[in-house]
Amino acid sequence: MTGYSSVIPAKAGIEDDAMPVAALDPRFRGGDGVTTTRPEPFFEEQAAPATRVRGYWQSVFYRLRHDPVTLVFAAIVLLIVLAAICAPLIAPFDPYKESIVGRLKPFGWRGHPLGTDELGRDMLSRLIYGGRVSLLMGVVPVLIASLVGGVLGVIGGFVGGRINTAIMRTMDVFYAFPSVLLAVAIAGAMGGGMANGMLALTLVFIPPMCRVAESATTQIRALDFIEAARASGARTTTIIRYHVLGNVLGPVFIYASSLVSVSILLASGLSFLGLGVRPPVPDWGLMLSTLRQSIYVVPFVCALPGLAIFITSICCNLVSDGLRAAMDVRM
Amino acid sequence: MTALAHDPRDRGGLQQPMLIARDLRKHFPVKGSGGKSVKAVDDVSFTVGKGETLGVVGESGCGKSTLARLMLHLVKPDAGELVFDGDPVALDPGIAVDALRRQVQMVFQDSYSSLNPRMPVRDSVAFGPFVQGKGKNEARHIARDMLGKVGLDPDAFGPRYPHELSGGQKQRVNIARALATGPRMVILDEPVSALDKSIEAQVLNLLRALKRQFNLTYVFISHDLNVVQYLSDRVLVMYLGRVVELGPIDAIFEQPLHPYTRALLASRPSMDPAHRIAQPPITGDPPNPIDPPSGCRFRTRCPFAERVCEMTDPALGPWQGRQSHTAACHMHNPGSGHSLAASG
Repeated sequence: MTGYSSVIPAKAGIEDDAMPVAALDPRFRGGDGVTTTRPEPFFEEQAAPATRVRGYWQSVFYRLRHDPVTLVFAAIVLLIVLAAICAPLIAPFDPYKESIVGRLKPFGWRGHPLGTDELGRDMLSRLIYGGRVSLLMGVVPVLIASLVGGVLGVIGGFVGGRINTAIMRTMDVFYAFPSVLLAVAIAGAMGGGMANGMLALTLVFIPPMCRVAESATTQIRALDFIEAARASGARTTTIIRYHVLGNVLGPVFIYASSLVSVSILLASGLSFLGLGVRPPVPDWGLMLSTLRQSIYVVPFVCALPGLAIFITSICCNLVSDGLRAAMDVRM
Repeated sequence: MTALAHDPRDRGGLQQPMLIARDLRKHFPVKGSGGKSVKAVDDVSFTVGKGETLGVVGESGCGKSTLARLMLHLVKPDAGELVFDGDPVALDPGIAVDALRRQVQMVFQDSYSSLNPRMPVRDSVAFGPFVQGKGKNEARHIARDMLGKVGLDPDAFGPRYPHELSGGQKQRVNIARALATGPRMVILDEPVSALDKSIEAQVLNLLRALKRQFNLTYVFISHDLNVVQYLSDRVLVMYLGRVVELGPIDAIFEQPLHPYTRALLASRPSMDPAHRIAQPPITGDPPNPIDPPSGCRFRTRCPFAERVCEMTDPALGPWQGRQSHTAACHMHNPGSGHSLAASG
């Protein structure tokens, strides 16, 4: 026998399967953790002693803990969220209380740390309460869209064929419009108000979410472990539940977190155009819109809602980037 | 072939082959080609006896992997018949595909993509028993047991994720996963091709030991003749979706009949510097399986090709009356009209 006879023992030469390969060649050492000193059983693998076994999410959190930039911005986001939740406790004034004499006052006027707006309402209190609406408009549409788009994408990607084509081409129809235009069109057609605004944003986010889930699922579906699962007799729903979802969740989550800031911006835009929240409910976009006329009277006060939108969305974006990096564990 | 212990699932007895494939065919349509198709597996017939190892060899793209998937009905055959232990597969009366998959399992070539990256390997192993109706705890218990059987310490390796294992360790997990459902037959699709030579030998020895321990029947697919020789009882040589030669391992290696088998054997690298192979015994790529050559599919690369090879497709026939060793070549059919036929 030619070839690899030094490594693969010829059939005639080895009758006893328990004879280690190493026994045939005195120069053979180790290899894949096999010890040559222990004769039985020869193929036992040795665990590397120092490796601590860590699950996927554990390793993601480990990485996040060691990423100070993401931690700082996550803390800011958390602060904004907490402020919005505890608005009644921390807001110094009633956000709806108007004052004829105290209109458009600068920072620090009579105990109003951030001044007052065009109806004499306290800016700080309105910004804190406005965060409630903005964050809600940022998170709720993305959550619903991830759920709907994710399910559609996973079904389309896994089933493939005509069903996939039908789903994805329908999504392409929505894709054909710029997202802002689409949101404005839907909100405009259904009328203003917070619920309609959320619905409009949800519809805008479903197609890209669906596309992300579909491409992740298509990639997973082509891998051998799906075929192996099918070979062991698993039904499609079982395979999706145990083998697909876990692999699709990561990309979907990362994409969703990046959409939150987009959603906040779009919601503010809708309010700015009068299609979102109705006055006098405090909302950053709406505040920006109404204070616009007073930009030459109290420029810094007028810029505050814009600054709030900017800070919130940039922090969300940076946290999303950090998450993406942390979740990009080689698997 | 070792004597089999009695398996309650055994229906036909030892004489009944584990698997009979009759004229299996799978053509994959090519999009936008106007009805053309890749003839991946074309009228392939063979049997796998109980307790034997059937080696399947051939170049890349000759249909080996499609054949493996056909045997598990992961790919539905366009035509032909599969009979598992006397029961036609996916026919009524017969054995359902689900039931077939309880008795036949597969080990995949690519150990990287054949394990779920987000699942600890013990869960990957437990998944098969779990979907086949075992409780979660029982499935986990089986997984522990199987990991131990393939030489991996279940406590040290079970909770790990695939990226924390070496190629050889992953392939052991794949073997454990295939065996966890207690199959009678295992299809090994190039199980050692991606491994280092030293690891390859360990995995091959493990496969032999497991075969004996669990009374398994193997279909072993590989492009490496040395590996096939080490493990197989009989060999099936494929070329462009066809069986060109089928026979006992010794007969194939000592007296190969088909020119393609001879070329394959001659193309094995020599480790002896005094006997270097100066000229490749076979050159070029196999023809396009969308438009295979007329007549014998090997004729375009065969040094003995004659007019008859172009005209008629040689049938798989016995050679010198030996029913166990067959080849599809006109040179071995005295009545074919090939000038070398008489000497065969």
